[in-house]
Amino acid sequence: MSFFIETLAWLLDPANWIGAGGIPTRLAQHLLFTLVTLIVAAVIAVPIGFVIGHTGRGRGLAVAISGAFRAIPTLGLLTLVALWVGIGLSAPFVALIVLAIPPILAGAYTGFEAIDRKIIDAARAVGMSEAQILLKVELPLGLPLLIGGLRSATLQVVATATLAAYIANFGLGRYLFEGLRIRDYGEMLGGSVLVILLAIVLEGVFALIQKLVVPRGVTEGLPTDIRDGSSRSRPVMETTIEKGNSNVHST
Amino acid sequence: MFTAHRGRLTLIGAVAVGAVVALAGCASGDPLAEPSSSATDSTIVVGSQAYYSNEIIAEIYSQALEAGGFTVDRQFQIGQREVYLPDIEDGKIDVFPEYTGSLLQALDKAAVGGTSDATYTELQAALPDNLRVLDKAEASDQNSWTVTDAVASKYSLTDIASLTNVTEPITVGGNSELETRPYGPTALKEKYGIKIAGFVPVEDSGGPLTVKALVDGDIQLANIYTADPNIKTNSLVALTDPDGLFFPDNIVPVVSQKVDDSAAAILNKVSAALTADMLVDLNSQSFNDKLSADKIATAWLTQEKLV
Repeated sequence: MSFFIETLAWLLDPANWIGAGGIPTRLAQHLLFTLVTLIVAAVIAVPIGFVIGHTGRGRGLAVAISGAFRAIPTLGLLTLVALWVGIGLSAPFVALIVLAIPPILAGAYTGFEAIDRKIIDAARAVGMSEAQILLKVELPLGLPLLIGGLRSATLQVVATATLAAYIANFGLGRYLFEGLRIRDYGEMLGGSVLVILLAIVLEGVFALIQKLVVPRGVTEGLPTDIRDGSSRSRPVMETTIEKGNSNVHST
Repeated sequence: MFTAHRGRLTLIGAVAVGAVVALAGCASGDPLAEPSSSATDSTIVVGSQAYYSNEIIAEIYSQALEAGGFTVDRQFQIGQREVYLPDIEDGKIDVFPEYTGSLLQALDKAAVGGTSDATYTELQAALPDNLRVLDKAEASDQNSWTVTDAVASKYSLTDIASLTNVTEPITVGGNSELETRPYGPTALKEKYGIKIAGFVPVEDSGGPLTVKALVDGDIQLANIYTADPNIKTNSLVALTDPDGLFFPDNIVPVVSQKVDDSAAAILNKVSAALTADMLVDLNSQSFNDKLSADKIATAWLTQEKLV
């Protein structure tokens, strides 16, 4: 119980909210670093994912490579890069980009793959160019899954960005490392609470975006309940109550 | 027909029970406490810091004790002093390789230090009643303020006080805890009037990342331990400390009451054999030759005819 009180006391101590090592500064650093990492990772992963999704080629290779990326321990990679480029933010930046690429890449190409081939064929039949198919059909329809990929990448990056403090006076990880070293568990848990809150807020934002980006044509065009050929109908859903509600679809 | 609802209730129930269990877990005292050791009473628990050199010494103690017929439970790599000291004081660890001056400063903030022997005597008095230190070794692994050869010759640096000659901003690097230690950047500012531009955490205890940061000039001043083979290989300069900012740090085993006279005699033999040069050599075998702690320990004990 005393840890709760220590954590609360640490979080409420006004001295921890001011200055270069204060919570607002570190929170802003952490958030900014997370966002920049995600943007760079997205710039790398999304075009590759789109090409794979659109052409259907190279999927096996992408799965293998991103699987291998996922298996890399981030702290190990960070140390390795730091031994090469030195301390500071470059090494954690590289390590976190490597962490963020696989989920974004997977989101980008599975978004395209999940689209019914009939829709793509129809788009081609009405005379759309490949670029038009990509931008007007595949991109909007694949967007929810891409945002899903970004969402899971964000969660991983915001939590792992604490490692930046291993070799830099930066971000919320400072509280974790310092608290651990000097046995100030209030500080350590307080820092963790802040990371968790930041993760929850970002998660909420992405959940909202993910809902908003579902194209209107998709939500409006949902069949009432009769999804022919759906093999996933659950017997427990067959009650009258469930039927009455069934036009509200959960994707 | 209520399967769905019952399922949902079950789920809510499960979540509620989970939450209660989690909260109860938090409430019942110290969630970070070590689980009680399952080892029998005759087992000697040997601990070590999360520092490769300390682990080698702990391994030497362990193998020497095992050769003397004791059963050893190794609890190595337990963080820094703030983390493991309470466990030693509680008697959860029976043997721990320590450093006289640093331990003294941790136990007694007002300690005066002085010579190696004075520090040792003061440490004996500062220890709680249930603990004692055995004989200290000649070998010491001391904190030092270290700069590169280039910086040292540019500003003709010899001792810590001469750091006031440095005109460029000095950034200090080291583990997080260094910032608040009695010899940390604050002491340099207050005691010597050295201009410190900032502190950068490099959490590898003066390891390769710290050395690289120093050599690259990302930091100008680092806390490197004097038995570190890197000082020689990277031509670093450990500034001398005539004022005793750092206390002498001879290696000494801190032991609980479970360590009897025969076990103490074994550890004293080890300490008697451990010289300063040998310690640098042991560290070098780990750092440069990438040998594991147990191999290094076995080889050294055999060489010294202690097993």
